[in-house]
Amino acid sequence: MGNQKKKKTPEQQQYEQLQQKHETKRPVFKNCVKAFFVGGLICTIGQAISYFYIYFFNFTEQTAGNPTVATMIFIAMLLTGFGVYDRIGQFGGAGSAVPITGFGNAVISAAIEHRTEGFVLGVGGNMFKLAGSVILFGVFAAFVVALIKTLLIMWGVI
Amino acid sequence: MLVGKQSWVFQQHPVIAATGVSGGPFEAHGHLAEDFDILHDDLWMGQDSYEKAQRVLIEEAIQTVMQKGNIQKEDVQFLIAGDLINQITPTSFAARTAQIPYFGLFGACSTSMEGLALASFMVNYQGAKNVLTGASSHNAATEKQFRYPTEYGGQKPPTAQWTATGAGVALVTENKNQQNLPYTTSATIGKVIDMGLTDPFNMGGAMAPAAADTITAHFKDLQLEPSHYDLIVTGDLARVGRETVLDLLENHGLKMDPERFLDCGLMLYKEDQPVQSGGSGAGCSAVVLYGHLLNQMKKGIYNRILLVATGALLSPLSFQQGETIPCIAHAVSIEI
Repeated sequence: MGNQKKKKTPEQQQYEQLQQKHETKRPVFKNCVKAFFVGGLICTIGQAISYFYIYFFNFTEQTAGNPTVATMIFIAMLLTGFGVYDRIGQFGGAGSAVPITGFGNAVISAAIEHRTEGFVLGVGGNMFKLAGSVILFGVFAAFVVALIKTLLIMWGVI
Repeated sequence: MLVGKQSWVFQQHPVIAATGVSGGPFEAHGHLAEDFDILHDDLWMGQDSYEKAQRVLIEEAIQTVMQKGNIQKEDVQFLIAGDLINQITPTSFAARTAQIPYFGLFGACSTSMEGLALASFMVNYQGAKNVLTGASSHNAATEKQFRYPTEYGGQKPPTAQWTATGAGVALVTENKNQQNLPYTTSATIGKVIDMGLTDPFNMGGAMAPAAADTITAHFKDLQLEPSHYDLIVTGDLARVGRETVLDLLENHGLKMDPERFLDCGLMLYKEDQPVQSGGSGAGCSAVVLYGHLLNQMKKGIYNRILLVATGALLSPLSFQQGETIPCIAHAVSIEI
């Protein structure tokens, strides 16, 4: 396959070292703290919406999930459309990328971006450009886990 | 005239008679807003796609340069320009509007100096009397092609750069001993250098060796010392790349004065604008040179500068296939 890493020449290795001296490092710890609070805030809002559906509508803890997710994605859609979500993303990093709102943002931003190429080839063809692999590997991972569970039950382990 | 291995000296001193510079809203809030001829407060520029908006930027820059240079399109022999978008359509479509015989260039962000070197060469050897040359980029159109959708909330690392929205076009003409106009004196054409970096969010680091190679070749070919220039300006190395290239040049035995070694990507925006490492894009060096730097030269602040535009010759496909980032740099010296 074309993906194998070429061996770097000594000159390239030497340059890599010199370059790393000047490279601004990612502030990993700061990013983690920010991600924790931004992600936590998004989940708190989600929890509040979930309670809202349980108290004011005829939902239970088990069934409130779907409308909550839909509402969160709707809010993410608005924030993406108004150009706010990418700023939250730059601040919050993984905190705003991992929750369902980040998934929504990936789909919606691609749809907005490619509407200039028309609805079929543009929006339709590119909407899942970023999120497509999340769906693919999400479904595949779920299949593998379900398979393991089925086998364990069949063998009487659990 | 060929001097040394890869440099031209322009003995006829082709003149940069006029320039046209247009920019977007982010540049309007930047450090050099006063040096733009046209600034837009909307990234769409009244168009329905970002690619069309970029075409408008180029068309406006061409129109402005012809007005300021007091010249008709019939009197311009060639247009030499390029940009970063697939098949350089914004530039070619603007050339359709301009109706000037056209050379399309691709040198990524080094296009501005590639064009100026070729235009000067043509004019110097009577291949043309008047040539337009320039480069452009549009933040959203470039992000769309090379990275993620504009509104996608991915976190950019501190080494990332901000693609400038703008177009800079210059009119290069024969020298008729006009007073107080900048002219080009030499150019060094760079070779493609690949130091094995693969991170598309660290272009400055990838391009620095190309800049160092071209600068070293320039001083060797022309047998000059760095102190010959009032200012050496790189195209879009930004903070990471500038520090790296200073280090590399010192290893090559060229000690630069950091005060007189600037970078267009660091000049264009204000400190508080969220551009991470600095500005970039084919338009970055074009707007800073044709707007700000030439104005400074006309005011007498600098008399002799060397502009080294750097380009990363990658494509979204090449880095997804795990290829390293090959880079190039071209230098042109300008005096007044």
